[in-house]
Amino acid sequence: MTHRMRLPDIGSLVILAGLLGIWEITALSGWISPVFLPPIEKAVAALFDLASDGTLLRAIVGTTFRMLIGFAFATLVGCGLGILIGLSPRARAYIEPSLEFLRPLPASAIIPVAILMLGLTKTMIIFVIAFGSLWPTLLATIQGIKSVEPRLFEMARTMELSQRDVIRTIVLPSALPDIFAGLRLGLTVSLILAVVTEMMSAEPGLGSIILQAARSFNSSDLFAGVMVLGALGFVINALMEQGQRRLMRWKSD
Amino acid sequence: MRGLLLPVLVLLIWQVVGVLGIVQSDAMSYPSQIALAAAGALSDGSILTATRQTISTALGGMAIGSGIGIALGSWFGISRRAGRLAQTSVEVLRPVPSVALIPLAMLMFGYGYGMSISVVAFACLWPTLIITKSAAQQVPRELLEVSDGLELNWARRLVLIVLPKIVPNLFTAIRLAAGIALIVAVTVEITANPMGLGYALIVAQETLHPDRMFAFLIWIGTLGWLLNAGLLLLQRRLFVRWDGA
Repeated sequence: MTHRMRLPDIGSLVILAGLLGIWEITALSGWISPVFLPPIEKAVAALFDLASDGTLLRAIVGTTFRMLIGFAFATLVGCGLGILIGLSPRARAYIEPSLEFLRPLPASAIIPVAILMLGLTKTMIIFVIAFGSLWPTLLATIQGIKSVEPRLFEMARTMELSQRDVIRTIVLPSALPDIFAGLRLGLTVSLILAVVTEMMSAEPGLGSIILQAARSFNSSDLFAGVMVLGALGFVINALMEQGQRRLMRWKSD
Repeated sequence: MRGLLLPVLVLLIWQVVGVLGIVQSDAMSYPSQIALAAAGALSDGSILTATRQTISTALGGMAIGSGIGIALGSWFGISRRAGRLAQTSVEVLRPVPSVALIPLAMLMFGYGYGMSISVVAFACLWPTLIITKSAAQQVPRELLEVSDGLELNWARRLVLIVLPKIVPNLFTAIRLAAGIALIVAVTVEITANPMGLGYALIVAQETLHPDRMFAFLIWIGTLGWLLNAGLLLLQRRLFVRWDGA
């Protein structure tokens, strides 16, 4: 099966252009003050300005870097702990209720705790991102392992596979779709937390650019920053979707 | 209840470590101090005020966001053409992280409810739109043909034919949106908006009151859990045998 890039429908591009047109007309007519809504060309000019002196690149790199480091920690710990907890029904009985209690806790609510413990530092930021994106990965991994067909374990027992082989050949392959869905959610959470922590700590990144722009009533920079964040979210989502599709194809073979 | 063992054990160790003063840190507090701080925040009413502000923000934003999401979602789901035409615009707007709109909302509304509610509404819009759209797409064509035959206008068609069919999905969408709404409301308060539980958390941190901070943190966690558990229970009660008839 070959995969082709799906081209957007012409009509739907026209609608998007129409929406941009409404933005432009609203901004130019002054119905909404330019303090809040810049015309498109101003926002694009601000984007090029930010890009030309390297600010934008530094911000994108900073945000993405912190996001990925935190996410990497979360993935390691989340998958590791998830496999340990998922494989043992007894561990699940003790731990799962606590996890269910922690699941709906807003990840951002631990930011004040992290600031008190670690100060407004890079370590704090990475800790918050890792902690926040840990939950989706951990819970999805446990869920994935729980739903492994029990017969497969029986089969492994009769074949006298070692624990390691069981994990490698049985558990991981069948839990992979769940784990991947958790990772996808975790990555979204880590982008959100990267932006939030930057806004609070003034660590150079996209979050601090847009907050600074709002504080100085510079709506062009603000919209430029929001557009870049939207693009970043889009790229991350597209990459994960691509990865997920590959994974499923491999599984269906 | 084996599930209670872990939390009780954690609280016990935490208390002992705290009382013995083993960990010296600005962030250190222990359960009995936290309970006292919670009682204090209850008796001076600050926790109730903050809770009311956060809940109103979350509910207001959720109502607006999921209202728009459900309306657009059922439109895009029923009319294939509308869905196709809106596709690219939705795909361009949806990946914008809701927190990226915090500075914009701050600029437009200033501090207060408007700022938080608009960000919460944006965050709730997309999941409800997507769920409603895919549910509405599953409504059998025959039913829509029946409504064509009856010459129903679009409003009656929506209310009489489509909505009853997708009510369980709508409830799932709203449950999801409620969780998102609380998270985003608290996040906006922590980041920028001086009101509600998130701000109380930040104030406790900045004034070096870890006991109060943990009290608010635990309360926020409990609130999230109650919300989720309550809606889940309601959903199970309401839709045990819903067949969309």
